[in-house]
Amino acid sequence: MRIRMNKSSWILSVAASMVLALAALPTVEKSMAAGPPTVEVKIDNFSFAPAALTVKAGTQITWTNADDIPHTVVSDDNATFKSKVLDTDEKFTFTASKPGTYSYFCSIHPKMTGKVVVE
Amino acid sequence: MPQQNNHDEILFDHNHDGIDRRGFLKCMAWAGTGALCVLEGGVLKSYALNDPSGVKKAAKGELSFVQISDSHMGFNKPANPDVVATLKAAMDKINALPVPPEFMLHTGDISHLSKPEEFDTVDQILKSAPTKDVFFVPGEHDVLEDNGQQYLARYGKNTKGAGWYSFDKKGVHLIGLVNVMNLKSGGMGSLGAEQLAWLEDDVRHLSKSTPVIVFAHMPLWNIYPEWGWGTDDSAQALSYLKRFGSVTVLNGHIHQTMQKVEGNVTFHTATSTAFPQPHPGAAPSPGPMKVPADQLRGLLGVTNVNYVRKHHALALIDSTLE
Repeated sequence: MRIRMNKSSWILSVAASMVLALAALPTVEKSMAAGPPTVEVKIDNFSFAPAALTVKAGTQITWTNADDIPHTVVSDDNATFKSKVLDTDEKFTFTASKPGTYSYFCSIHPKMTGKVVVE
Repeated sequence: MPQQNNHDEILFDHNHDGIDRRGFLKCMAWAGTGALCVLEGGVLKSYALNDPSGVKKAAKGELSFVQISDSHMGFNKPANPDVVATLKAAMDKINALPVPPEFMLHTGDISHLSKPEEFDTVDQILKSAPTKDVFFVPGEHDVLEDNGQQYLARYGKNTKGAGWYSFDKKGVHLIGLVNVMNLKSGGMGSLGAEQLAWLEDDVRHLSKSTPVIVFAHMPLWNIYPEWGWGTDDSAQALSYLKRFGSVTVLNGHIHQTMQKVEGNVTFHTATSTAFPQPHPGAAPSPGPMKVPADQLRGLLGVTNVNYVRKHHALALIDSTLE
């Protein structure tokens, strides 16, 4: 079966969907605002940038490996967070939920160290 | 250039063996700039890398073996998009040696990402070696994710702990050490208490005239701590070897040739068969060094080690893949 739509009803339906979309927009914005704050750390030239980071509890931290060589992101206690081996352009995300100071390093190149302070 | 008279290099010949520190440093520079360097029968000699007669002359001795390192199978970035071809070129070089090596050492970073297919590829290429005797130690790239379990299953038969072991060849005692496990934040390579205790015990029964060769992935001397090019507890390991007349330490990891003589210990790092790395501090990081394609093979290579019984000395010959 084929629904035939005349021009005026087509305009109406487009208008109606636009109204619906507009109505939905604030909801979308609200949910984005309610999402966790995010912070990026770049792994480049065998170092974490920034190496020291202070964030609010609940912040999502994402590390991206921009080197030609694989790296890892591992908390010094070897437990709080521990990434898989990140090859070039691979990412690791950790949500810093508990306040505290977390030192971390690359377990393959342990001279690479960083710190996250969660407030 | 390298065929010049070497006598003018010897200023302080403490051991009356024709070698002094300056001679070695000079030799080191040649190795890095496209010449090969030979310590044969205790006398420093050098040969042009592509001088076949030099290589032929150097390849005589009681015991001759080859060290390869850092094949990084799986690496495919611009520094060297074809690490299979360069490893095969290394095998061709080894197969062309006038005297086939008694055995081969691979000082780690066999694979790039510890993937089974990467190890498989290397194993396949090594089948073309002139010897079936290949001894391995792991690099940090070989023990990713699984604490080295796969490495041990493949290469660790008859080894202790994380894969350390020793064996004897024609009166030379060889020791393979593992310094890439349980690395601590801010640190360098690590041997650990268990391995150190084993090492002390392993060499206890040896007479001090036994030539000892130690091989491990990361350097057992502090080349450049800022880049982690060293091993935190290597001094303790070397203290167990002090009483021996001839100790040679062979490492990989830094993808370039370096040598140092300290007392009776000669330290030597080998080039990679995959990609070069910058000289210490010469770049912001130790990442792969991108060089023009026509220069790449001049910076990759193999090391031929030649033991001459009469003099109790080892000749190390680095040759590039060109």
